[in-house]
Amino acid sequence: MAIWVNNDTRLLVQGITGKEGEFHALGCRDYGTQVVAGVTPGKGGQEVQGIPVFDSVAEARAETGCNATMIFVPPPFAADAVMEAAAAGIELVVCITEGIPVTDMMRVKAFLQDHPTRLVGPNCPGVITPGQAKIGIMPGHIHTPGKVGVVSRSGTLTYEAVWQLSNVGLGQSTCVGIGGDPINGTNFIDVLAAFKDDPDTEAVILIGEIGGSAEEEAAEWVQANFDRPVVGFIAGATAPPGRRMGHAGAIVAGGKGTAAAKKEALTAAGIHVVDSPAVMGETVLEALGR
Amino acid sequence: MKIHEYQAKEILRRYGVKTPRGRVTADASEARAICEEFGGRCVVKAQIHAGGRGKGGGVKLASSPDEAVSVAEQILGMQLVTPQTGAEGQLVQKVLIEEALDIATELYLGVILDRQSGLPLIMASAAGGMDIEEVAAENPDAILKEAFDPHLGLLPFQARRVAAGLGLSGKTARQAATLISALAKAYVDTDSSLAEINPLLITGDGDVLALDAKIGFDDNALFRHADIVAMRDLAEENPLEVEASEYGLNYIKLDGNIACMVNGAGLAMATMDIIKLFGGEPANFLDVGGSASQEAVKNAFRILVSDPAVKAVLINIFGGIARTDRIARGVVGAIEELGDIGVPVVVRLEGTNVEEGRRVLQEADFDFIVATHMTDAAEKAVAAAGGEG
Repeated sequence: MAIWVNNDTRLLVQGITGKEGEFHALGCRDYGTQVVAGVTPGKGGQEVQGIPVFDSVAEARAETGCNATMIFVPPPFAADAVMEAAAAGIELVVCITEGIPVTDMMRVKAFLQDHPTRLVGPNCPGVITPGQAKIGIMPGHIHTPGKVGVVSRSGTLTYEAVWQLSNVGLGQSTCVGIGGDPINGTNFIDVLAAFKDDPDTEAVILIGEIGGSAEEEAAEWVQANFDRPVVGFIAGATAPPGRRMGHAGAIVAGGKGTAAAKKEALTAAGIHVVDSPAVMGETVLEALGR
Repeated sequence: MKIHEYQAKEILRRYGVKTPRGRVTADASEARAICEEFGGRCVVKAQIHAGGRGKGGGVKLASSPDEAVSVAEQILGMQLVTPQTGAEGQLVQKVLIEEALDIATELYLGVILDRQSGLPLIMASAAGGMDIEEVAAENPDAILKEAFDPHLGLLPFQARRVAAGLGLSGKTARQAATLISALAKAYVDTDSSLAEINPLLITGDGDVLALDAKIGFDDNALFRHADIVAMRDLAEENPLEVEASEYGLNYIKLDGNIACMVNGAGLAMATMDIIKLFGGEPANFLDVGGSASQEAVKNAFRILVSDPAVKAVLINIFGGIARTDRIARGVVGAIEELGDIGVPVVVRLEGTNVEEGRRVLQEADFDFIVATHMTDAAEKAVAAAGGEG
């Protein structure tokens, strides 16, 4: 069954006429996603490899019935692109763009309170339901359809986890990259709650990193609400405090957000925490009793 | 991005925050005239980005213009060691000389991003001058918190509530509320990630001033703040990190001997973690990013091996956007240009175009140590760097 993304997803790509936008729009289409439209303001009427381009999201939605969007718009304009999509009634917005100012995301967050739209990201690899559709920049070929859900703040570390799962014979229901920024649209709990409602998700890999308290909140939620096996990894145990480790949100500030504290919270909630990122896949296998 | 105290005070004054009168100088002989202008008593403060300057001897009171000169001479040019600089300290190139005010009370005031609510949060405490992290750890109830909507700004009643919560009244409470509002506005307008006044000073006359100030900015928003970018002081940053940032690379120098080149911040952190887990010490964090060109990868490699502590390099690439063959060509190209790099290189490639990437490595003249998975890569890197410890 999977969550949020499936065969029926009709995808719009905002920023499709840019180099990355075009490359990944075609990558999604090649994977099997229905890529039905693109938007670049001022370039309406053009086509990108057979995909019609519109000036606005509202127009694209009216013409093509798109219900999800993938955003590659440059950082200064990305927040506007998210809000335009929400205003046009797009149900799922996946924002790949890295480098959006925090104050812009505060505006987006306030705007989205009045819209039913789900935002995933920004600064994320996207969402994939293996065998059905992918919305994002992940290499599709490493995924296999199956029953393990993956949720992560990282990009390539998620691919690593998926690779390990596929290698031990475990497929994935849906993989969601929630992004590495301090303010994002979808958090761990949102994804876990969706997995809970998905009978086809038997276990979950949760990949966190230093900074903030989203992992601690997720741990509390898991303990109270989720009885399927969860395997957790937290990146950044060796990161020095006060330094931003690549992701805007990956920083230990004021002694808060350390990997040690997060691992402790996850362990206390009954989550199988691994210290080595190399054993995520086999640990899921063990947790499932296979 | 960080700036100096004197720059933070300049910004805050524009928003109406009162500060002591002060002048910044790199020349100790100017201290005499400045001190005289302030009535013959002054405070000389080292201008470095790291906190804890007072503890390291970087902040001193001078009771006469002569003493101001001798104190400024002591501080300028010193390698100031504080709890935040590391053992080597930081060279002091400028001092801020301020009028000495009588201190009745010291408070704490700061604005941070509350990630849970996605809103800016005022933090205030009567325990000023102290490390707010210690206060938070020992007595969290002693910290007042007031979240506000960045688009409405901090509302006047919220500012009054914080001032009253600090136990202030009358003229002092009014001045404090004005200052708190000004700090909140400065935080939002300048796209700060942290704005802190510690201590916030109440004078014997009941006036409210920012005795110290610290502002950090959201790097993602710097594109719209040319004036703030102009305040960047490269002398405060690690030269290798500055060089890396010029190439658009995300590099942070650490103390170990195994250099890492990884794509993606999460995988880069995880690679550091697994090196440590197998008994090694990472020499750096380096995310070559998704769209790193062959040129950028070459530069990344050059930066990694220019750290004399490095005994081995571990390249861990999982190809998504970054195609592994492109990374492999960058690595080979860098090694061909650098000639004998003097350290073993462990490579683990996986993902898009991996076969092509491995072929590029195998056909190169350099003898790469090829690893197949992360455990294998970490073990080989630790062994190549000379074993544990």
